[in-house]
Amino acid sequence: MTSHTQLYEIFIRSQRGLDHKHVGSLHADDAEQALQYARDVYTRRSEGVSIWAVKSSDIAASQESDCGSFYDPLDDKPYRHASHYDLPDEVKSL
Amino acid sequence: MDRRDIGRFVGMDQAEEEKVFQERVDAEEKIEPKDWMPDKYRKTLIRQISQHAHSEVIGMQPEGNWLTRAPTLHRKAVLLAKVQDEGGHGLYLYSAAETMGVSREEMIDDLHEERAKYASIFNYPTLTWSDIGAIGWLVDSAAIVNQISLQRTSYGPYARAMVRICKEESFHQRQGYNIMMTLMRGSDEQKAMAQDSVNRFWWPVLMMFGPHDSDSVHSAQNMKWKIKRQSNDDLRQKFIDQTVEQANAIGILLPDPDLKWNEERGHYDFGEIDWEEFRRSMSGGGPCSRLRLAHHRQVHEEGEWVREAMRVYENKKRSNQEAA
Repeated sequence: MTSHTQLYEIFIRSQRGLDHKHVGSLHADDAEQALQYARDVYTRRSEGVSIWAVKSSDIAASQESDCGSFYDPLDDKPYRHASHYDLPDEVKSL
Repeated sequence: MDRRDIGRFVGMDQAEEEKVFQERVDAEEKIEPKDWMPDKYRKTLIRQISQHAHSEVIGMQPEGNWLTRAPTLHRKAVLLAKVQDEGGHGLYLYSAAETMGVSREEMIDDLHEERAKYASIFNYPTLTWSDIGAIGWLVDSAAIVNQISLQRTSYGPYARAMVRICKEESFHQRQGYNIMMTLMRGSDEQKAMAQDSVNRFWWPVLMMFGPHDSDSVHSAQNMKWKIKRQSNDDLRQKFIDQTVEQANAIGILLPDPDLKWNEERGHYDFGEIDWEEFRRSMSGGGPCSRLRLAHHRQVHEEGEWVREAMRVYENKKRSNQEAA
């Protein structure tokens, strides 16, 4: 019996300068194997230049349902946006 | 593993590595945390990013000074939101610096021991409410000009932090300009107050871009490594050109008798900056230099019990887990 019980989340950087983006998950024995599997599964068509593998159990996640105010878009605070402020007509850029 | 060995190309010596590194930079590819990079590149960026972070955090002090005295509840809510953003910007930048292997504690320590600097503009006092308008309009505008340029810096995490920060900065600039515009449509006293703020802040804001290119010690290497994308003088000129129109629109005079349009150059000419004042302010001799650092140290020390409690809690949790 294999013990491929660890679930890893895989993140790929598609090119230098961009953030790593979550692409999916896979089972592996350890981090090194997770990277190898990720290479085989997720980067067969030059999708990326760098892979991150993170144990799923190490990810702290929140849910939309946890707490409404956690995700409140603060629509009652429009002054946080530049578009809230009127400019004189003569000012073309600010 | 020595952190200098991270990302080391297999079988290459130092000179070859530097060549590959420079080719990558020349090709406009970003350098990412685990890539090999020259030691000097790493040191320069740690210095620059951490000083940028310190500036965001120290900058909360002059503006925080008016939180309890803002003229209306609305202005207070706006200023609170802005100061909160600045704290967030400090965090983005400290995190970007941490990707280079330096710890938050080392950076704070360097600030407290005066090995690290921060933007000299925050060593000036905020004496009146209109100073808050002048800071938002002029200081944040100058910061944006610099930071838009840094969105294209060669180090990936720094460039991405700049993109995030620039998105939030335009609200800062507009709320400042809005304060000035409102005052300039007000009573004679209000107009005089707004003009006085600009008189005091204009020259220190121009110093934010740093020494002239001819006197800038690190410029050439930083341009080659694309840490810097535009020169101090070019950025300063860009800021002046865009600000004149904004000042005219609300009837503010910029306090420089030599400021005038130069048709031939396609730019505004302007007077000479008092570099002696700049040097004084950068080396701890600004009007509020001691106050700013003393306040940061004091708040840091007062927060020690929180860090201590966190350490104790972490240890307790760990020993409970080990016992189980």
